[in-house]
Amino acid sequence: MSSVPETLPTVGTRQAVGALLRKDLLVELRTLEAAPGMALFAVSTFVVFHFALNRNSLEGDLAAGVLWVTLLFAAILGVNRLFVADAEQGGIDGFLLAPVDRGAMLLAKATTLLAYLVVLELVAVPAFALLLAGAAVGHELGGLVAVLALADLGIAAIGVLVAALAVRTRARDLIGPLLALPLLVPVAIGAARASAPLLAAGHGGRWLGLLALYDLVFGLIAYAVFDFLLED
Amino acid sequence: MAPAVRLEGLTRRYGEREALDGVSLTLARGHTLVVFGPNGAGKSTLLRVLATLLRPQEGRVEVLGHGLPGEAWAVRGQVGLLGHEPLLYRELSARENLRLHARLHGVPEERVEELLRALEIADRGDEPLRGLSRGTVQRVAVARAVLHDPPLLLLDEPYANLDPAAVSLVAPLIGAGEPAGGGGDGGGRGGGDGLENEGPRARARTRGAPLTRVICSHDPARGLAEADVVLGLRAGRVALLANARDTDPQAIGELYR
Amino acid sequence: MSGRSLRTLSIASVVAMAIYLGLVFFYAPIEAEEGFLQKIFYLHVPLAIVSLAGFVIGGLMAIAHLRTREARWDLRSYVTIHMSLIFGLGALITGSIWARGSWGHWWVWSEPTLVSFLIVMLLYATYQPLRFSIEDPDRQARYASVFAIVAGAFVPMSFLAVRLSTAYLHPRVLGSSSNLPGPMQLTFVVAMAAIGLLFATMCSYELAAKRTRILVKSRSRILGYR
Repeated sequence: MSSVPETLPTVGTRQAVGALLRKDLLVELRTLEAAPGMALFAVSTFVVFHFALNRNSLEGDLAAGVLWVTLLFAAILGVNRLFVADAEQGGIDGFLLAPVDRGAMLLAKATTLLAYLVVLELVAVPAFALLLAGAAVGHELGGLVAVLALADLGIAAIGVLVAALAVRTRARDLIGPLLALPLLVPVAIGAARASAPLLAAGHGGRWLGLLALYDLVFGLIAYAVFDFLLED
Repeated sequence: MAPAVRLEGLTRRYGEREALDGVSLTLARGHTLVVFGPNGAGKSTLLRVLATLLRPQEGRVEVLGHGLPGEAWAVRGQVGLLGHEPLLYRELSARENLRLHARLHGVPEERVEELLRALEIADRGDEPLRGLSRGTVQRVAVARAVLHDPPLLLLDEPYANLDPAAVSLVAPLIGAGEPAGGGGDGGGRGGGDGLENEGPRARARTRGAPLTRVICSHDPARGLAEADVVLGLRAGRVALLANARDTDPQAIGELYR
Repeated sequence: MSGRSLRTLSIASVVAMAIYLGLVFFYAPIEAEEGFLQKIFYLHVPLAIVSLAGFVIGGLMAIAHLRTREARWDLRSYVTIHMSLIFGLGALITGSIWARGSWGHWWVWSEPTLVSFLIVMLLYATYQPLRFSIEDPDRQARYASVFAIVAGAFVPMSFLAVRLSTAYLHPRVLGSSSNLPGPMQLTFVVAMAAIGLLFATMCSYELAAKRTRILVKSRSRILGYR
């Protein structure tokens, strides 16, 4: 882990993160690839589930399962796109030349991924309520938001790592999902179990604990190893 | 003051192949090193090592008095790299790209405008780079490289893709004088020769440090004209290392044989 | 590892395996409910534990590699993870056979160890494809180490998550090993030692083989063959 010596005239991390984040959001707004793609994918998947399960409405475990499988797969789509523009257009080198802590890239990308996930959920959750779960979602919206938040943090931590790893390998589009899915199983477990009672009626405290632990562990690991993925 | 660049036995491998093999040289501040060599000789690798993008695997590297890779931090803000790729986002405009780099380097925004004007692209500054010609994009890339007034410039064929008009706009920014027929009277050197330039190149010197340059070139005539020291690379090894005034253009031609 | 210590290790391994097999077949009692097939427990569980330990150790070696930048740590990490994959596959197969014998199905979701193992193996199955899809050897080693660290931290997390999720649905069918009667406990301990030694021996052989290959390649390069 490289750290910035105090005496050097370097640029503050917060300013760097802000600049990078702004760039990511600008590029995304101009190309509109990642976030709309993820949202559209989620809605289509709900439709497929309707036909595959042959049900008009879901609740409890089944509802939670369908929701989280869909969200995770859509998230993986976003993860795949995360570093592509930077890798193809020399953005990573451009960043590496600046007197900035490498962690700024990690924070900026994690925030970008979080932004994609929020957009995804803003579309997918209402769509889910509309198509498959009906009133069940409305009941414990607060709880559901808490679960979404904790799960999103875990997805962001692992997502940035997997994206950075995958983007410089040959089979980039394949390696990403193959790595991400097993790594995200604990998130699936925690989030689905926590949501299931919310989508029926009840409480899921221990699952939130699992999600929080996962977020902490992998957030720290991501911070520790990220530099090694950028350098040469 | 420590030399701008000091290399001792620099080796960098790519797989089994040595991209750079035991390269040693010293370059004093304010001087210009021009590197010649066929494709694959290691010129770009050398620039990337000096820019701290690649770690040396063997040997010692000191840039501006700081050892790499340990003190890469100290070097980063003082080096400007213009490589084969512009390192710019195609979806963003010149202004947006340059402002991003300005923020990453702690440079005020006025500098971006100043460079856009100097390169005569201010009026196209808000168009996405995607729609601009290669020559225009190259100009923006030059702006990116010199944005933070680095005392060490690393330039990989800086005049590629540029028409003569653009060349005359770019040359002062990268420390070259009149580009054609630079000759022997100091028209192209960044050292203290009393030129009263008010442009950005002058500022690189008033920052306190003379401008040192490492340039990769395929043009023996122009390259020799701008050089103080000449380096010829072949298959990663030093095939030629001499003062420019002692070097015969023939010798450079030999490298490509 | 030198020739002599490798030989000592191999001999110790063979001896341990002999004792282990002897105990399993002739000493350990036949369990009342499950019959003879239960003895596969002495193979399945040690394989699983050694494999998991191997993954975590591979992660620790990867940390050493990133800190010291010495290639030998990367080699050790690679061999350890590779061997753990093989032992892990063995654990999955023996676990499946056992499930078939005990519950009549080749796969059961109710056994958290088996399920966690599946997830971990799915993750580590990407290790070699990941390595081979990166051409630059320096970067390959570095990325592999990052993977080994993340995956090594993931192993306990995965077990925790799966255990939580099956805990109050199905009580653990396998009692923990401390509940075993004397003779079974002894056999189990010997089994752990034997499989552990086998793992270490096979890793050492693979390391020696790889090192020799590297030596031969670099010598032949110096001599001019290619």
